[in-house]
Amino acid sequence: MNRAQRGAAGSRGLGTMEVKSKFGAEFRRFSLERSKPGKFEEFYGLLQHVHKIPNVDVLVGYTDIHGDLLPINNDDNYHKAVSTANPLLRIFIQRKEDADYSAFGTDTMTRKKNVLSNVLRPDNHKKKPHIVISMPQDFRPVSSIIDVDILPETHRRVRLYKYGTDKPLGFYIRDGSSVRVTPHGLEKVPGIFISRLVPGGLAQSTGLLAVNDEVLEVNGIEVSGKSLDQVTDMMIANSRNLIITVRPANQRNNVVRNSRTSGSSGHSTESSLPSSTPNLLGSVLQAEEESDEEDIIIEDSGEPQHIPKAAPTSESIESLSQIELLHESTQNGFLPSSEVNLNHSAGSINMEYEVPEPGPKSLEEDGTIITL
Amino acid sequence: MRRFLRPGHDPVRERLKRDLFQFNKTVEHGFPHQPSALGYSPFLRLMAIGTRSGAIKLYGAPGVEFMGLHEENNTVMQIHFIPDQCQLVTLLDDNSLHLWSLKQHGGASELREEHRFTLKGPPGSPPSATQVTAVLPHSSREVLYLGTESGNIFVVELPSFRVLEDRTITPEAVLQRIPEDNCNRRSCELVEALREHPKNPDQILIGYSRALIVLWDLQNNKAIHHFLGSQQLENLYWQRDGSKFISCHYDGSYTQWPVSSDNRQSEPLENTVPYGPFPCKAISKIYWQTTKNGLPYIIFQGGMPRASYGDRHSISVIHGSQQTAFDFTSRVIDFFIIFSSDPAAEFDDPSALVVLAEEELVVIDLKSAGWPAVHPPYLASLHCSAITCSHHVSNIPLKLWERIISAGSKQNIHYSSMPWPIDGGTNIAPDPPQRDLLLTGHEDGTVRFWDASGVCLHLLYKLSTVRVFLTDADPNDNMNTLGEDEWPPLRKVGTFDPYSDDPRLGIQKIYLCKYSGYLAVAGTAGQVLVMELNDEDAEHVVDHAEADLLQDQEGYRWKGHEKLKTRDGPVRFEAGFQPFVLVQCQPPAVVTSLALHSEWKLVAFGTSHGFGLFDHQQKRLVFVKCTLHPSDQLALEGPLSRVKSLKKSLRQSFRRIRRSRVSSRKRRGGAGNASEVQEANAKFDQDVLQEMELAPVQRKIEARSAEDSFTGFVRTLYFADTFLRDSSRHCPSLWAGTNGGTVYAFCLRVPPAERRMDEPVRAEQAKEIQLMHRAPVVGILVLDGRSTPLPEPLEVAHDLSKSPDMQGSHQLLVVSEEQFKVFTLPKVSSKLKLKLTALEGCRVRKVTVANFGSCKTDDYSENDLAVLTNLGDIQIISLPFLKLQIRYPCIRKEDVSGIASCVFTKYGQGFYLISPSEFERFSLSTKWLVEPRCIVDIPELTSNNHVHNESGKENASRKPSPGDCEEDERKSGRLMEHALLNDEKVLKEIQSTLEGGR
Repeated sequence: MNRAQRGAAGSRGLGTMEVKSKFGAEFRRFSLERSKPGKFEEFYGLLQHVHKIPNVDVLVGYTDIHGDLLPINNDDNYHKAVSTANPLLRIFIQRKEDADYSAFGTDTMTRKKNVLSNVLRPDNHKKKPHIVISMPQDFRPVSSIIDVDILPETHRRVRLYKYGTDKPLGFYIRDGSSVRVTPHGLEKVPGIFISRLVPGGLAQSTGLLAVNDEVLEVNGIEVSGKSLDQVTDMMIANSRNLIITVRPANQRNNVVRNSRTSGSSGHSTESSLPSSTPNLLGSVLQAEEESDEEDIIIEDSGEPQHIPKAAPTSESIESLSQIELLHESTQNGFLPSSEVNLNHSAGSINMEYEVPEPGPKSLEEDGTIITL
Repeated sequence: MRRFLRPGHDPVRERLKRDLFQFNKTVEHGFPHQPSALGYSPFLRLMAIGTRSGAIKLYGAPGVEFMGLHEENNTVMQIHFIPDQCQLVTLLDDNSLHLWSLKQHGGASELREEHRFTLKGPPGSPPSATQVTAVLPHSSREVLYLGTESGNIFVVELPSFRVLEDRTITPEAVLQRIPEDNCNRRSCELVEALREHPKNPDQILIGYSRALIVLWDLQNNKAIHHFLGSQQLENLYWQRDGSKFISCHYDGSYTQWPVSSDNRQSEPLENTVPYGPFPCKAISKIYWQTTKNGLPYIIFQGGMPRASYGDRHSISVIHGSQQTAFDFTSRVIDFFIIFSSDPAAEFDDPSALVVLAEEELVVIDLKSAGWPAVHPPYLASLHCSAITCSHHVSNIPLKLWERIISAGSKQNIHYSSMPWPIDGGTNIAPDPPQRDLLLTGHEDGTVRFWDASGVCLHLLYKLSTVRVFLTDADPNDNMNTLGEDEWPPLRKVGTFDPYSDDPRLGIQKIYLCKYSGYLAVAGTAGQVLVMELNDEDAEHVVDHAEADLLQDQEGYRWKGHEKLKTRDGPVRFEAGFQPFVLVQCQPPAVVTSLALHSEWKLVAFGTSHGFGLFDHQQKRLVFVKCTLHPSDQLALEGPLSRVKSLKKSLRQSFRRIRRSRVSSRKRRGGAGNASEVQEANAKFDQDVLQEMELAPVQRKIEARSAEDSFTGFVRTLYFADTFLRDSSRHCPSLWAGTNGGTVYAFCLRVPPAERRMDEPVRAEQAKEIQLMHRAPVVGILVLDGRSTPLPEPLEVAHDLSKSPDMQGSHQLLVVSEEQFKVFTLPKVSSKLKLKLTALEGCRVRKVTVANFGSCKTDDYSENDLAVLTNLGDIQIISLPFLKLQIRYPCIRKEDVSGIASCVFTKYGQGFYLISPSEFERFSLSTKWLVEPRCIVDIPELTSNNHVHNESGKENASRKPSPGDCEEDERKSGRLMEHALLNDEKVLKEIQSTLEGGR
């Protein structure tokens, strides 16, 4: 099969579909009938066959259109993988014994430094495996509560991952007033509140936001003093990765934590946000900058590609590694302090890479997907 | 360059910023919104205009301007200059009196409020007792006579405003010497007019509303004469020698009364109803001016036959057998006559009639035959047809400037050659640094060229695109045709004409190439005209082409307006810009973006459906590109025309809101008191807060999607010679940005000059960038190897710019409403970004590259981005590192049309509309500052009047109140045509209103 033919087949998107499978350092290419993908068992067998690993237990994953690494372990997600593959289906195979479950999920491909180094070179990365509770049931997080350790108990910082889901964010905000404690006593100040949740929307489905919750921050920027329209614009501008800090209207379901033993963050019961949060969150924000924005370029009417970053400055890498840390930890429910050493290596990895959706002209197609 | 990289506060950079940037609101151009009073000082030769929002503006010789603002923001009812002084008194509708004076300060005169005063009656008296209806500044300059509704005339001392109670002229005192059978107490209610005897300062004429007129002796405190009219009195006027006076009345009559010392009750000499015999409207003001030849000029306002011409706003001039009723398109506020002010002169010899109408200032030359109008050097009615767009061109080459002026002078031949008669004060401002043009597009299809170099915004030339099209209106319908035997002898004057014959003619985009004289103009019905400057009249055929922007999209029906019909055959054009190419977009939606490349002879245009490129040399359409999302029904069907009626009602309701609020809030902030502004703001915020609590507004939070409406709307077009395909060869390119966050780049092949007519221009799509945040793209710019924006077409050819650096790698700057992003070229990879909306919650409305020079050294200047946000802030952002330099609040965020109308100049100045008729000029640069600076001196006194002030010279002026007087200027923004068409947010609002209504 020469390159031109493959390109044509890929862009036509009918009939057969190209599959590129990777196990360890080896690639296999083959094609599948798009209309009749068959069952997962058969596919699993086929993979074992083409990689000549008939008796090895493996985990199968694929990258979806957003660049996330998602598992294939039943007929449903197998069919989903086949139907969404465009133009080719990228498969990653790991041995079950050294599988890294944290590799799966949102932003996995952009966190490639550690994720992919784990996937590709499992043997040279001798870290302790995570405590595996079960296979991820939900393939991609849709929301999370973050920064629990640094926020006052009355506040909640919620991250909504619009990225990768078709669900609308699905909420409305309004103006209102809240009561603050000031040196002059109680004072009524204007505030922004959640006014409505759309049934079936992302916000409602998370259960983390409710009507009449007061919005305090949007992606680390305080909203006090800003108009409803400004806050609306800020939320929409951040809609692909929205982090909102709220004071829930219902304070009974707050996370009860022992702030004395958690160590890293002591100040928690003040009514205003601790001064350290903007910095920490600022780094989160920068992380989002790197991951949430992927503009698409179409060259000469070819295939759409993500626009790569030009060589980043050293500081952004630093901040990136720090965010990784936060991000990772919150995802797995750990406090960052326990994992600090885990990602130290990340800072030294060059960020430049080709996005793993090569158009027909990409010269790197047959090589590794990371350009170091 | 390294200093840009350093974060935080670099003291060197901070110092440099101070030398580069400075925000000032410098001058208001145009005609004051809602004028309410007029005053004139023949002594200073200055004119004063008061407005309903409490502003007073003084004008003298061109360039001499002062502005003051009453803190009360109440309507100015009357303005009276103190005789032979640099002082004036204003009366507001809250019955307060204010004394203003012009004083010299720092080498220039300034206008300052000195005192304020409200007349207080005895406790328990009704408010009408002290409601001032007439003001007479006495020639002694020591007292003011205040006539009131109660009929009392109070005397207050100047400048202290102390009431001299013993000198009050009460109705009782007046009635003492008048036989009771003629008058009673009620005859003396409401003082309508107070006039000082022109020769004897000890006598004043008091006119009461019920037609009793009394000549009062101030020395002896008694009535010398009384005159009894039969009709309600409107006004009085003394003849120059003091032997007679004229009264004018509610029934449209005027009466001439003799004043002689023998009998105390006089009979009228003459009583006339000039437009009788049928009932007439009131004559509200009258002048009787004597001349050498004995025939007086009788000039009066109103008096038209009630039934047939009652709706006219007229001022009649009668001089012997000549009689003309000047007919104004808007209400006459007031008028005055400029006549010989020399007290020794025997006759008045009027030279000019100055009329302040609600929407314009008209000056009539009374010396020249036919009484032609005088072309005013300032106070231009920008809104004679509503402004739909504006375009600024800096630093016009002298040659083009002269050609435009010469074209304009041919249009102005019907104006009088009289020098501007209001010529007080001296302009001491330095000459404007360069020749700047401001072009305004109007609803009626005209483009007006304004000299925006200096303080006086002056009309140079008016271009009409109407001739190209067939419209219902007959272009030869001349307003000034005057039938021989018509009665009354009405003559239309002025330029204010708010009625557009066909809204499709409206101008939406303008692009002028100052080097070649090519002008591209695009309008509401998808018409794009390319014009060339011709110094002669010419008759030629306009080449006509159609651009089908929908291309293969079929099955859709455009429900908007039809395209304009073109005139077949040759059309005669007057000297000036003459169209030679017309491209009509199909569907004929409003043109939303326009770019002209005069070197390549290409014009690009975009609508809500797509964009096209036209070769105006070969007169051939190069390509079109449809940007429409197939599901975007709203854009397909022509939403802009569907909302037309809605727009009107919106506009009306906003007007109502404005009317109700404007009096209390407009121009809040006073002349320079920041803390008061803040207080006012805080109060306002509180009010807003309360309003919100009453009716909470919800906002939907949702990511943008490709299916949103109007994503295909082309917001910006840009030509660049850059590296589009590979880094070894650069080529001409066309860039387009849409509302949905897409950028298209086309590689162009323009044949070399010698084969330009033989080979076609070719275009090929080279890139398409989809911004993930999908916010509207409002600006595209290519930076050369030195990170300098590419020069304008022909700029290098005219040696006015260094040629761009084609060695280093180019960068692409894409400005969306939410972010600034820099990409590398030719391989597009993202390099830098500034996420404005995510950080600040504001969105980019306007963006321009501006050059800022240092005020300290002549050899340093840099290019930055000047950005106006939807909050009305102006931000300066550095290039190429996208660092925020400085932020200034400029326009109130509620002022949608003000924000939509803003244009930046290339050298860090800008203009925006503060009302339909006024541009505020502001400057961001320390170096380029155009502001009024003038001196008003007291002329040498010829009479024996003593001079009060020690220096012998008293001066006055307007401080260019930096930045505060406009802040709170207007409450709810008016929605104007251009605001609607250009403002995506407004479109969305309308759209949601429509959806909600279904």
